[in-house]
Amino acid sequence: MLDKLVVQQLQEAVGNHNVLTSKMDMVSYSYDATADMPRELPDVVVLPTSAEMVQQVVQIARAHGLAIYPRGAGSNLSGGTIPVKKGIVLSFQRMNKILDIDTANLTATVQPGVVIGDLNAAIAKHGLIYPPDPGTVATATMGGSCAENSGGLRGLKYGVTKNYIMGMEVVLANGEKVRFGGKTVKNVTAYDFTNLFVGSEGTLGITTEITCKLIPAPKFRRAMMGIFQTLEDAGNAVAGIIAAKVIPATLEIMDNMTIRTVEDFAHIGLPVQAKALLLCEVDGMSQDLVDSEAEAVIAVLGRNNCEYKAASSDAERDQLWAARRNALPALASLNNTCIVEDATVPRSRITEMLVACEAIAEKYQVTIGTFGHAGDGNMHPTILFDKYDKEKTAQVHLAVDEIFATAIALGGTLSGEHGIGMAKMKYLKSELNQSGLNLIRTVKEALDPDYLLNPGKMLAVPEVVA
Amino acid sequence: MTAGNHPKGGAAPTYHDDLAIVRSEIDKCMKCGNCMAVCPVYSVDKNEAAVTRSKIAVADAVLDGRLSLDDPDVYTMAFNCLVCKSCMTNCPTQVSFDRIAIALRAALVRKNGLPWLKKMIFSTLKNPRLFNTAMKAGAAMQGVVFKGDRRIKAISPRSPFALVGGSLGFDAGRKMPELTVTPLRDRVAEVIKPAEVKMKVAFFTGDSLNYFYPDAGLDLIEVLTENGVEVHIPKGQSCCGIPVLVHGDIDTARSLARNNLDQFDATGCEYLITGCGSCGGAWQHDYVEIMAGDPVYRAKAEYWSKRTFDISTFLTQVLRFRQPKGVVDKVVTYHDSCHLKKTMKVASEPREILKSIPGVTFKEMAAPDTCCGSGGSFVLTHYDTSASLGRSKAQDINQTGAGTVATGCPACMMQLLDNLSRYGQQQEVTHYISLLAESYRKEKQA
Repeated sequence: MLDKLVVQQLQEAVGNHNVLTSKMDMVSYSYDATADMPRELPDVVVLPTSAEMVQQVVQIARAHGLAIYPRGAGSNLSGGTIPVKKGIVLSFQRMNKILDIDTANLTATVQPGVVIGDLNAAIAKHGLIYPPDPGTVATATMGGSCAENSGGLRGLKYGVTKNYIMGMEVVLANGEKVRFGGKTVKNVTAYDFTNLFVGSEGTLGITTEITCKLIPAPKFRRAMMGIFQTLEDAGNAVAGIIAAKVIPATLEIMDNMTIRTVEDFAHIGLPVQAKALLLCEVDGMSQDLVDSEAEAVIAVLGRNNCEYKAASSDAERDQLWAARRNALPALASLNNTCIVEDATVPRSRITEMLVACEAIAEKYQVTIGTFGHAGDGNMHPTILFDKYDKEKTAQVHLAVDEIFATAIALGGTLSGEHGIGMAKMKYLKSELNQSGLNLIRTVKEALDPDYLLNPGKMLAVPEVVA
Repeated sequence: MTAGNHPKGGAAPTYHDDLAIVRSEIDKCMKCGNCMAVCPVYSVDKNEAAVTRSKIAVADAVLDGRLSLDDPDVYTMAFNCLVCKSCMTNCPTQVSFDRIAIALRAALVRKNGLPWLKKMIFSTLKNPRLFNTAMKAGAAMQGVVFKGDRRIKAISPRSPFALVGGSLGFDAGRKMPELTVTPLRDRVAEVIKPAEVKMKVAFFTGDSLNYFYPDAGLDLIEVLTENGVEVHIPKGQSCCGIPVLVHGDIDTARSLARNNLDQFDATGCEYLITGCGSCGGAWQHDYVEIMAGDPVYRAKAEYWSKRTFDISTFLTQVLRFRQPKGVVDKVVTYHDSCHLKKTMKVASEPREILKSIPGVTFKEMAAPDTCCGSGGSFVLTHYDTSASLGRSKAQDINQTGAGTVATGCPACMMQLLDNLSRYGQQQEVTHYISLLAESYRKEKQA
């Protein structure tokens, strides 16, 4: 139980209504969207509505040695917001105002609790978009996606969150508030703090305001799908599209297991014996440009032994997208537990990665469906299992170990877009070596020597501190 | 842990009797949070306990013994839900959250009993004759507590009562439909025959059409007879049971379901027609679920499940209704009632009917299937949340410029009536079937 005095101080800082202490509420903030993770009840949940409130909460936490876990919608897939060391969950659900939409400078300034989809709805009338589109755009917050440096389907052409964050206000572990960056395209004043805090997973500071870049919404788009009998042909098609100097907005791939499962689930007429499916969409500001890119993609598909379809209307586009849209729901329906990994390899190695995932599934006798962003090499091997079956769960863990080892052996990385959190901490050394771990700790301890902010994520809390 | 209950009469237990039976549904939830995007209660409360995945986590914790059914916070959060089922339309793993919600509420009620007020109201529901008498007495007395607004057949609390009821939303600005002195089923014969009989159907009126909106009920009957349909309206039918089912009172819900199944079996009709999404949903889905362990009534429930149609589906897909010719010169928008769209999957049919009426200009509102905040008695127990949703619905309706809002559920009509009177532009609220009936009537006058 938390000291009554602490609760009282928190209530004075943010208002009674914004401090939750009931056991039921603690259960409600004990999880995020990550499967197969330990859960822990926080001591208290605080929902601030201003940066000043956040500063006060940090001071109270410091005085009482309580950990702080910044949290947006809790939709991350790395165990990033689970309050493993108890303490304060700092939820930004109520700090969700869009502060400014600047059409002259093409920026938006928002509080961290703004949902990505709500920002896009607000700027749509100006013909603008904020491109990063993780699968959870309708729920994920700007603060959360900054902390996780989220990607999405459009990463290949439009980049990821870090490419759009221009300025931030951050409350540090010492309670100080700093602002850096802003509305200027160019800004080389001092260190590039934006790129330090974006992707820091809440371990270095607490974001209280974000200024992001907006771009004009592409006016035209065309979607096509190719169905392949071999993974090699699909891999060659991906390489061919890039070689044809086309950068599609989306270029998605799906393996046989995923195709079969989607077909069983949604009955959309996919050939269940196909080895791979590619979904490609090109977009742009002129019809001619989009058409010529679409023709180039179709020509590449035609050369690579596939059956292909091109959508000629929005309804047909919707049909082509049905396969991809149903991938995760279909796979997840196979069992009670669904781990979605995001091991990422250089684009030229995706065929090898897909072959390896199939072999790993066979070796450990586990169910793995792989789909993902072929254009940027970001694969989502998705593992389905029964969490009540201890033996199978152990096999799944071995399979996951091998998936990450394979990604690194292919010159890839542990995480394309989900982050490290708790889920991938143990693999960090295999990619970054001891010197990399040392660097992480040096940065962490320079900014948060007491391990106050999101402890137990990305790096373990040293025993002397704990 | 939750002790299961054994239903009477040798029936096997269902999730209504034992929370552990929904364990597999609970396990299907990935905690992805997609429910947050559409949960109306979350849109107002903005805390995790408001949203579906948290309610599932709490049910899980109750089953594991990490939370107790005696915990008043568990009770409060379990009932802070409209059971609008919006989350179920946005759930990638298709979790049947309605089952989890009802199972959890039933477990809470088994453990703690019903609050006295609910107990009193629900026990009269079980006895249709007593309930009928009570509602008529209420109608006779309503003038003491409420003042009327004849133009829209609405009533508002009078001053001393408005003062006391203000915190529950019963302030003087509150508009409610007046209770009718003569309920629908007392106004019509048990069997109504058109001149030439093409088909026979049984009409389940539900309590809201019977007591609050008898005119809409009469319009529904008129539309059927205009199309050569003989309408059977069993006098002994009772409440559909949804109001008590969602409050976890399973015994009363089963007792009402048995009575209704017997009453409608006796009509010998092949189709059952409803004019309310909640009632229709009960007949299509809930009776089968609550009777799943009952050797006798399960078969009856399954029989009617396949033969129950919302009036709009019956008119457009079974009967091919006669195209109306009378001009109804109105700009109309349509609100999708949650239970009609998300339970009965009826959305295009009422629009097809509205668009078929000469003179009607149809204007779609933004997010027509966002919950209006009624949730049956949710409006009484959670007035602030409900009013916040009602206001945003009223604003969406205002944007259309329509002078008439049609919907397919009497509970939504009540909520729209109140919120349009507060935040709207005095738009008319009507059941869509009434506009079709009006067109048929105008056709005859012409």
